[in-house]
Amino acid sequence: MKRVITLPNPVYITAYSSVCGKKESEGPLGPYFDYTNRDDYYGQETWEKAETEMQKRSVSYLLEKKNIKREDVNIAFGGDLCDQITSTTFAQRDLGMPFVGLYGACSTMSESMAVASCFVGSGLLENAIAGASSHFCTAERQFRTPLAYGGKRTPTAQWTVTGAAHVFLEKEGEGPCITRVCFGPVVDFDIKDANNMGAAMAPAAARTLLDFFDESKTKPEDYDAIFTGDLGSIGSNLLKQLMSREGIELYNHQDCGLLIFDRHGQNVQSGASGCGCSGCVLSTYILPKMKDGKLKRVLFMSTGALLSPTTSMQKESIPSIAHLVEITAERKLL
Amino acid sequence: MIYLKAFLVGGLICLVGQILIDLTKMTPARILVTFVMTGVLLSALGLWQPVVDFAGAGALVPIVGFGHTLAKGMEMAIAKEGFIGIFTGGFSACAGGIGASLIFAFIASILAKPKSQS
Amino acid sequence: MKTGKQEYNKMIEKASPNSSLIQNCIWAFVVGGSICMLGEALYNFYRNMNFVLSDARLLSSVTLVGLSALFTAKGWYGKIAKRAGAGTLVPITGFANAVVSPALEFNAEGFVTGVGAKMFIIAGPVIVYGVLASVVYGLVLFYIMPFLR
Repeated sequence: MKRVITLPNPVYITAYSSVCGKKESEGPLGPYFDYTNRDDYYGQETWEKAETEMQKRSVSYLLEKKNIKREDVNIAFGGDLCDQITSTTFAQRDLGMPFVGLYGACSTMSESMAVASCFVGSGLLENAIAGASSHFCTAERQFRTPLAYGGKRTPTAQWTVTGAAHVFLEKEGEGPCITRVCFGPVVDFDIKDANNMGAAMAPAAARTLLDFFDESKTKPEDYDAIFTGDLGSIGSNLLKQLMSREGIELYNHQDCGLLIFDRHGQNVQSGASGCGCSGCVLSTYILPKMKDGKLKRVLFMSTGALLSPTTSMQKESIPSIAHLVEITAERKLL
Repeated sequence: MIYLKAFLVGGLICLVGQILIDLTKMTPARILVTFVMTGVLLSALGLWQPVVDFAGAGALVPIVGFGHTLAKGMEMAIAKEGFIGIFTGGFSACAGGIGASLIFAFIASILAKPKSQS
Repeated sequence: MKTGKQEYNKMIEKASPNSSLIQNCIWAFVVGGSICMLGEALYNFYRNMNFVLSDARLLSSVTLVGLSALFTAKGWYGKIAKRAGAGTLVPITGFANAVVSPALEFNAEGFVTGVGAKMFIIAGPVIVYGVLASVVYGLVLFYIMPFLR
């Protein structure tokens, strides 16, 4: 098994972008998005079209920041939570870039970054876009109940982020760089409660972290922060317990699902979730801090619960996965 | 007085539902199915009519009352039509509630769009 | 990993907070009770308009269903249900909400394959098992009761 991939050349994150919905704009990271819309329909007729529109806007902000044209992008990597990842493919229908679709549920952001880094870092590509999106309403109607249906959320539930985020990866350039990546295996600890995703995903996060520390001979102290995607408060607590039992104390752990909303003031129960969650936090919080030199070395690991409405109804347990990328600040800031 | 009775009995039935949700991890859909079947059973045993006489809407508005209506409809249909009543009784009894839901749902689907939550 | 599946499931139970039962129950009781009281008020209103007993009951149910449809379409029903839980689920208004909300939601997929096909996606089981239970009762009434008399 090859778990940790050390990139032959560092891959530079030379630009990043993100857009979000109303609730996210009211959260602590609200001011840092490139674009927010008070209407979660994003001026479209359906929620699915709204998510596609968010992806398109996020990519166009990215290209604007780089001041390049669509044709200059080598390959775009990405995905989302909708059936057959249509939000991404329909956005790419209009963007027209060479495109690789990925599905890793909420782990898609770090998954697409890791895959794209392998291509760019090995010199096969000059540049690549990696991204992901999710929308509260498309996820709700696909995985749970219609929006107007009245129900009480359990205290373990998590709130799907309405947001899209992209990063521009280059062989050469300025910015924080990706140095190593680690693809995790599918892990299943027999959890069946679809209202407790954080608990289902924590073992996958622990597995990937352990694999990474073991093979790369690193430890938590080597990093300023270790970010997980969307474990929420319950999943974060469980991850720390799991790691502690292995003799590793995750004292510098932060969860994107706890950063994007004000958990106590915004009615999000255990925290946030969705592909867009880790992506948006990366673009509005982690990368800006790395650019300012406030964070020097971090691990960024999105986590995904690989269930479908069908497997849930068939009473299958929830397998999960986590992919990790190691990000280091620019050399002059180190 | 009847209002107070309706409030107390209706509230109590909902409270039982809430306890089931919180303590048994039963999904709302299962609770509704259980309640409606319980209503049919209680009514068949002659136990629900006294509650209806006591609390009126308090016993009829909760979904248990829907079960009661189904059972009463079945009794009437069999008395009137005999064997055929087994097939028509249930549906004719609940036709009003389901018909109204269906009609209003259709109208609503034309006039309104779902809204995002916060 | 050193932690086993069974052990982990115990850890989850410990880490996951329970719902605040007392508070939930108070909400369910008060909201559910109020909806029933409104039902009784509507019944008396129709009785005063000289409708016969059974018609007045039916009309009060229809009115509650109509109100629930309005609240659902406006997005208010979900807001109340967020706190009321079973208080908005168990009354007939909850049944109506379960029919109206998919009708709204799946309008995007067309009138036949969306609204028509998915209208009873949540409330369907209530009708199926309610009617089946009444059929069982009907069979008992028709085949067994005559011997007992």
